Amino acid sequence: MGAKEPMDLKPGTRWASQVCDTEVIVVRAAAQPVSLQCGGHPMAPVGTDKSPDVTLDPSFASGSLIGKRFADPESGLELLVTKAGAGTLAIDGVALPLKEAKPLPSSD
Amino acid sequence: MHLSSLLEIVAEALPDRVAVAACDAGDLTYGGLLDTVRAVARHLQDQGAERLVAVDVNSEAVPVGLFGAALAGIPYVPVNYRLADAQLVAILERAAPGLAVVESSVPARLGEGVPGLSMMSRGAFLASNGPEPATAGGVDPEDPAVLLFTSGTTGEPKAAVLRHRHLTSYVLETVEFMGADPDDAALVSVPPYHIAGIAAVLTSVWSGRRLVYLPQFSAESWVDTAAREAATHAMVVPTMLGRILEVLAERGEKLPALRHLSYGGGRMPIALVERALDHLPHVGLVNAYGLTETSSTIAVLGPEDHTDAASSSEPEVRARLGSVGRPLPNLEVEIRDPMGVAVPAGTHGEIWVRGDQVSGEYLGRGAALSSDGWLATNDGGWLDTEGYLFVEGRLDDIIVRGGENLSPGEIEDVLLTHPDVADAAVIGVPDEEWGEAVAAVIVLAEGAQAEPDALRAWVAERLRSTRAPQRIEFRPELPYSETGKLLRRVLKAEMSPGPGGS
Repeated sequence: MGAKEPMDLKPGTRWASQVCDTEVIVVRAAAQPVSLQCGGHPMAPVGTDKSPDVTLDPSFASGSLIGKRFADPESGLELLVTKAGAGTLAIDGVALPLKEAKPLPSSD
Repeated sequence: MHLSSLLEIVAEALPDRVAVAACDAGDLTYGGLLDTVRAVARHLQDQGAERLVAVDVNSEAVPVGLFGAALAGIPYVPVNYRLADAQLVAILERAAPGLAVVESSVPARLGEGVPGLSMMSRGAFLASNGPEPATAGGVDPEDPAVLLFTSGTTGEPKAAVLRHRHLTSYVLETVEFMGADPDDAALVSVPPYHIAGIAAVLTSVWSGRRLVYLPQFSAESWVDTAAREAATHAMVVPTMLGRILEVLAERGEKLPALRHLSYGGGRMPIALVERALDHLPHVGLVNAYGLTETSSTIAVLGPEDHTDAASSSEPEVRARLGSVGRPLPNLEVEIRDPMGVAVPAGTHGEIWVRGDQVSGEYLGRGAALSSDGWLATNDGGWLDTEGYLFVEGRLDDIIVRGGENLSPGEIEDVLLTHPDVADAAVIGVPDEEWGEAVAAVIVLAEGAQAEPDALRAWVAERLRSTRAPQRIEFRPELPYSETGKLLRRVLKAEMSPGPGGS
């Protein structure tokens, strides 16, 4: 997948960073096409080989913690970090804000 | 998303945490569960199984079977092993073809067996393995993940189709990934062929909680197991809770580790909720309302809602103890009139729901959703001004007396507060003057006597005279399904022909 190609960020799809260990799963789709990045570079579907040519951009290196949710207020895209890593999650070069979710009471 | 991804993600994050406190062998860690699931999936693919049917009590074979079938790309079809032989055969004929994991007494009950269904024991299933398959197993979120035969309180049971996207949407939207503490344990006593049994597996796994299975429910073994395993979470149906509270009171057991007790699967009498609040003040009570067709819960009354309502002096707030709380934030719920038009708060009608977890699909019948994705639940109810949902039961059960809609549950709740009444069922019976009349079937408390007129007065004083039962019958017990649903159709069929019973 080329970096310029629009990403198909369907709910349930899983994406991996090209420059660190971060993996995410899409919880809610974006209303319009966006480019999802981690560590300053576009993410790729989990399972594809990591590109050897790119390295972590120090300005996108504040890390992503496992279990945290991130949401883009503009597009509505919502992600869950399923594997922690050193890179920062971003959309089109803008770091994604953390989503503070109030957990629901367990009902099962 | 696909169910197999749920387990793979958790097994990678928490490989050494215990996933299932096993009944037969040792504990299974999340890493071990995934290994077992992969081996079983290889076997299913090697056998070319089209469905994985389960006719068994609760055990670690439930999560192994659910995820194993998912990984093999075939549906998991848990069936009620307690059905009468003829009914069981009829359902298995519809569940076939496939491979069935069966409890040891089942093959003898099936006589010559069921065409297309090969059977294996739980032990053989859990130990099964196969060669690495040539083709990948399940990945498509559109595939059916689970087929569940609905309890069939009316007519022939239908098989609800829940696809991977429905179930995973419910889990992703409502459960915090890895949200459990390392010591958390969920005690599962609802059977695997109930949607709550399926949801328990998925939500426990996604939160990283330890599953503890009760093979079959009895109040004594539930209390024993909850205490021994220090269960922090449990889900029960109404008939279970009453018996559990009795055993807890007899033993003076408080279950100090328990933090969350959820109930659902049928109407819970308010008096019983109040008893639970009294006896287990350290436990957060959660009332969950949902349907098989909605991948489990669509509304919850949380612990704070319970305590706020129980301690309030405002009638409107206090009444919420009898509600099912507010709809989940990822869903839309509306009350609609018989024409399908939404009605304002406070108005009675049918409950409609829309959201990604809503399937509404039955095997061989297609989806029952409207073109814009709404499901008519066939449950009557209303919303209060703060959005709390009150469920009045199946629309067919609502009594229409002289043009007035009466909720059987509301009348039952009042009858149950009478000291001489142990259990009560209210149904509508044909009546020449009113169209339908209110009839009550009462189980008296041990050694108690009660005059029908006294019970009528009790209801009339607390509700209004139109709700007082015209006919009252006394019986030693009421018919329930084993998941705690009152079988009103049985009572209706038995009561309709006769004249006044009192």
